[in-house]
Amino acid sequence: MTNNPRILMCSPDYYGIEYEINPWMNTRVNADPARSLTQWRALVRILEDLGATIERLEPVPRLPDLVFTANAGIVYHNLFLSSRFRFEVRQGETPCFDRRFVELGFLVETLPEGMFFEGAGDALFCGETLFAGYRFRSDALSQQWIGERLGVETLPLELVDPRYYHLDTCFCPLSSDQAIYYPGAFDDYGRSVLAARVDRLIEVHADEAVSFSCNAVVVGRTVILNDVSPRLKRDLEANGYAVRATPLSEFIKAGGSAKCLTFRIDGEDAASWKREPIRRLPPRPSDPRKIDLHSPPES
Amino acid sequence: MTAQEDLAETDDRADSKGLVEEIEVHGHIVDSLILPKILDRILQMGGSFEIRKCEIGARRVDPSHARIAVRARDSELLDAILGDLVEHGATRVDSEDAKTVAADIAGAFPDNFYSTTNQQTQVRIAGRWIDVDDQEMDCGIAIDPKKRRAWCVAMADVPLGLPIVVGHAGVRVIPTERSRDGDVFGFMGSAVSSEKPKAVSVRAVAESIRSTRSAGKKVLLVGGPAIIHTGSAGHVAALVRAGFIQKLFAGNALATHDIEQALMGTSLGVSISKGEPIEHGHQHHLRAINTIRRLGGIRAAVDKGVLTSGIMYECIKADVEFVLAGSIRDDGPLPEVIVDTLRAQSLMRAAIKDVGLAIMVATALHSIATGNLLPAKVKVVCVDINPATVTKLLDRGSFQTVGLVTDAEPFLRGLAAELVGESKA
Repeated sequence: MTNNPRILMCSPDYYGIEYEINPWMNTRVNADPARSLTQWRALVRILEDLGATIERLEPVPRLPDLVFTANAGIVYHNLFLSSRFRFEVRQGETPCFDRRFVELGFLVETLPEGMFFEGAGDALFCGETLFAGYRFRSDALSQQWIGERLGVETLPLELVDPRYYHLDTCFCPLSSDQAIYYPGAFDDYGRSVLAARVDRLIEVHADEAVSFSCNAVVVGRTVILNDVSPRLKRDLEANGYAVRATPLSEFIKAGGSAKCLTFRIDGEDAASWKREPIRRLPPRPSDPRKIDLHSPPES
Repeated sequence: MTAQEDLAETDDRADSKGLVEEIEVHGHIVDSLILPKILDRILQMGGSFEIRKCEIGARRVDPSHARIAVRARDSELLDAILGDLVEHGATRVDSEDAKTVAADIAGAFPDNFYSTTNQQTQVRIAGRWIDVDDQEMDCGIAIDPKKRRAWCVAMADVPLGLPIVVGHAGVRVIPTERSRDGDVFGFMGSAVSSEKPKAVSVRAVAESIRSTRSAGKKVLLVGGPAIIHTGSAGHVAALVRAGFIQKLFAGNALATHDIEQALMGTSLGVSISKGEPIEHGHQHHLRAINTIRRLGGIRAAVDKGVLTSGIMYECIKADVEFVLAGSIRDDGPLPEVIVDTLRAQSLMRAAIKDVGLAIMVATALHSIATGNLLPAKVKVVCVDINPATVTKLLDRGSFQTVGLVTDAEPFLRGLAAELVGESKA
C-alpha cells in the first residue's frame, strides 16, 4: 500500500508573506528565501528517502502559497475535486493545480460556485470516513456536498480556534483507525465525534500544536513533522511509528508546515478507499442552495 | 434508502408566536452531531424549533435530511439565528409571499380568496412566515403588511379595502401535533362509539379540565336543554361553583329550563325530583321566562334574589361569561338571548380566544356552531346520546373532537364527582 507513495510539491521559488489571511501571517516578518528553500529541500529528501516519488508543480510568481499543495483539492481514486479558495489571493492557484492534475491523469471536477473548500487542508480520510473541517476556510455545506459526490460518509467538524484554520493543522490520521489531534481546536461536538469515530486518538498538547505537530506527513509507519516534543515522540513510537523532525519554521510564518507542503496523489495511507477497487460514483449532486423545496408540509 | 419519521418539537405550538423560517440540513448530520448542534444553537440563541421532516440515512454512507422550522420572537433574532445556522451547513427553504387583493365589496371576499381551515396557518409577508391570528375555519385571511400581522376574518366582517389573501401561494397549514401524553385525546382518537369504558373516559376528561386550567386556559361548556331535563343542572352548577367552567354557550332553552327548575322544580313541566309530569307543568317554562322578562333579565333576577340556584345563577355569581344564542323556535326569549345570529356569532368568536378545552353536551346546533369557530388546537369533547351529533361535528371539520356516546346525566355526574368530589348534587 505504501510501495509507491506519490507526492505533489511546489518549490518555494516565489514563496513569501505577501498578505495576511491567517493569524500566523505578518507581512512585516517575511520568510527568508534561502532558508525556505533549504528547509523545503530537506523535506523532499526525507520523503524520497522513504521511497516517495515527488511530482513537481511549476512555481508561479505572485502565487506565494502555491507551495502549500495540500490545499489543491482532494483525490478519490481517479477523481480530483478541485478547491474553491475563500480568499481571492489564493484563487489564482486553482488553474495551476487543475492543469497539473489533468496532466497526472485525473478527472478534474469543481464544486458549485459560491462554495468554499480548501482541499486536503480541510478534508482528511481516516478509514472510510472523510473528516472535514469547516468555519474558517471551507464551509460545512461544501463538505456535505463532497460527501454526497463521493458517496462517502463525511463528518464536518467545526474549527473553533483561528490559529488552526485548516483541519490539517490540528488533526492528522495516521492509519485507518488512528490519528493525532489537538482537542483545543474543536468544540465539544467535534471532540465527541472524533472520540466516537477514531479508535485510537493521540492527543497533542497546546505547546506542541503551536509548533505544527499535527501538520505531519505520514508515509507508511513514519511521521514527518516540523518539531516533536519528547512526549509526542514517545507516544508515536509506542504506537509503532518512527518520527522524523525537520525544521520548517519559514513556512510556519505563513501558517503551514510539512503536511501543507505536500499532496498525496495516490491517497493518504489512512484512507481505506485506496485499498479498495475503484467503484462507480453516485451522480453529481445538485447545489443544495438552489433546491426550492416549496412543497407544503405533510399533513 | 431512508427511514422516515416525524419528530417532536420543542415548544408548545399553541402558545408560540413570532417569526418562522424553514431551513434544510442535509448530509451526515447525525453522526457528525451537526443536527444536534444546530438544534442546540437555535435554543441557545433564544429561538425555538419544530422538526418538520427528518429522514435518517439507513446505511452509514447514506445522507440524512432534516427540515426544521426556526422560530424567533422578532426579525432581528431570526436573522441572527439563521446566519449562524448557515455556517453549519443549513440552507434556507425558499418560498414566495402571499398574494393579496383589497376587498372590493364590503361583506364579501375578493374572488379566489383563500378559504381557511381550523388548523394553524402561516402566511408569508415580506419574506417571512408569520402565524395567522384567530384561526377559524371557513374564513378569509386579512393582512396588515405594515404591522406584519395576519388574521382570520369572517365574510360578513370584511370592510371595503381590507387586503385579503388570494390563491395558495405563500400560505401553509401547520398540521396539528399529535398528542404525546396519555390523555383522553391520545388514547381515544376521534372514534365515535358507545362501546367505550365511560368511567375511564370521564376521568380523562376531568384530567383534561385540570390540565387546561393549570395551563392558564379556560374551559367552555356548550350545552343543550337535555342537561336540565336529565337532572344534571346540579352537577353543572357544582362545576361552575368550583371554578371548572369559565364560559357557557347555549340557547334560550338551557337557560329557560334551568330557571324553570330553579323557580318551580320542573323541567318542561316534569318534576326533576319525582320524574313525573306536574299538572299544568307545560306552562312552567313560559311562566319562568315571563318572570325573568318582567324583572329585566337573568342578572336582575339574581340581583333581586328571585333566582337563587341553578346553572345560570352560578354563572352570574361566578362571573362566568355566557353567550345565549337565539333560534327561530324560541319562546320568549329570555332578555339575555341574542336574536341577531351574526352578533351572537361574533360574541362567541370573541369569547373563545382563551379557551383551551370545549365540552359540548347534548346539543347539535350549538356544538356545530362552536366547532366552526374553534381553531383545531382547542380540544373538544362532544357528549351526546346520539352518535350522529359527534359524526356531524367531525364531518364539518372539527376533527380534534373526542366523542362520548352517553346520556348527559351520568357523564356530568361522573365529572362532578371526579372534580368536585360529590356523587350527587
